[in-house]
Formats: sequence, structure tokens, C-alpha cells
Amino acid sequence: MQEILFYIFAVMTLACGLLVVANPFSRNPVTSAMFLVLCIVSLAGLFVLLHAFFLAAVQILVYAGAVMVLFLFVIMLLDLKEEERRKHKLVALVAGLTAVAGLAGILGRTIYASAPGRGLAGQAEGGPVELGRLLFNYQQGSPGFLLPFEMVSLVLLVAMIGVILISKKESA
Amino acid sequence: MSVGLEHYLVVSLLLFCLGLLGVILRRNLLVVYMSIELMLNAANLALVAFSRFNNRLDGQVMVFFIITVAAAEVAVGLALMVALYRRRQSAHVEDLTTLKL
Repeated sequence: MQEILFYIFAVMTLACGLLVVANPFSRNPVTSAMFLVLCIVSLAGLFVLLHAFFLAAVQILVYAGAVMVLFLFVIMLLDLKEEERRKHKLVALVAGLTAVAGLAGILGRTIYASAPGRGLAGQAEGGPVELGRLLFNYQQGSPGFLLPFEMVSLVLLVAMIGVILISKKESA
Repeated sequence: MSVGLEHYLVVSLLLFCLGLLGVILRRNLLVVYMSIELMLNAANLALVAFSRFNNRLDGQVMVFFIITVAAAEVAVGLALMVALYRRRQSAHVEDLTTLKL
């Protein structure tokens, strides 16, 4: 059962990813955004199969919810016309495809050669309780991830102020 | 055949390559941005898979932070895009050549 689900979610993720990048039927950014939502949701399914339940929930809430709504807002705000087909330079196309294929080849060969995790059974459980303990515990003499957690909140604050500053009208 | 770490890594690799292809080949700024999101998600998948099969949750904490930072990054990037559009009336990579020599 788990294998079947894995293959379903994996194929769905990759197909939707492909449709985000190169959709033969439509070049509208809204279509890409919708397929990105599907891709993220099926990735959350893969997270559930990896027993990362908390991250699956966060993935759907934050990515498929907040981030994609932001994307759609901006797409609507910019009111883009259907992207006219500009010609790709053939050199750029070939060079890009070669570079990506080369990278895929190297990484694939690395995975194949090193065979990571052979015979290992997955064990870690990523429920909210376990992750929360790891994030916030003081018990084992180390402060855990408290400092990074605070830094991330600072990053969010700075980003918020920056966004307001950047998107303000200049005449004001 | 049971699904192991390699399977997840291969999915992550393919997703990353798709994202990279989008960044290199597409010309619409928004789609390029979505491709960057795809690459980030591929990295997240690899981290979660490693975390599960190494029986350590640190990888998942890392993904937690990556998701947070990615949300901030999207907000800033989209604000930049809106500001750019206000000046140039275009969201096309080839129209943004101010820094070109």
C-alpha cells in the first residue's frame, strides 16, 4: 500500500512540476501557480509517507495556503497579458538543457554509486510533539534550536518591514 | 520492492532539475520565481527523507526553518516585482537589463 501511494504521489509531484515549468497548453502564470499548488500538496503527501506529519501540515498551510495566495495576488495585481511567444535562442536552449542534464547525470550517478540508506528502515517520527521537544528543549545541556528560532522571527520581521518599504509609492 | 531512501532522493533530484530548467529557460519573472520554489521544495524533500532514514529529527527542524525563510523570501521578491512593474510595465526577464554592461 505504501509503495503504491509513494509512486502515485511521486508521479503527481513530478508531472505537476513539469506543468509548472513547461505547460504545452497555456503560458498563463495563473495555470503555473495552480499546478504549483498541486505539486506542493502531493509533496505534502510524500511527507506524510515519511512520517513527517507536522511538516506536511505546515507545507499545506504555509506553502499551499499563504505563499500561493500571495503569488496569485501579485499575478492578478500585475494583470499580465498572455505571454507572447518570444523566440528562444537555440544556443540558450541547448546550453540550458545540457547543463541541467549534466547536473542530473552527476547527481544520479552519485545516488546510484553510494546507495545511501541501503537496508535501512525509516524510523524517525516527526509529529508535532517530537519536533517541539527538539526545537525547544533545554534538558540535555544544549539550548536546542531556541536561538535559530528567535533569529527566524527576526528575519520575518525584517522581511515584513522591507516589503512595506519596497512596495511603497515613491511620491509619498 | 520496498521504497527506500534512494527513491525519495531520485524524486528530489528530478524535481530540482525541473526547477533549474524553469529558472534557466523561462522568461517570465513570476514563473522563474515559482521554479525557485520548486527547487526549494526538492531540497526539503531530500532533507526530510534523510532525517527519516537516519533516525534523527534535525533534518526536519531544518526544513521547518527553510519553509519560514522561503515565505519571507517570497514576500520580498514579490514586492520587488511589483515595484519593478510599476517602473517598467513588464515582468519579463529580457526587459530588465539595467545592470547589463
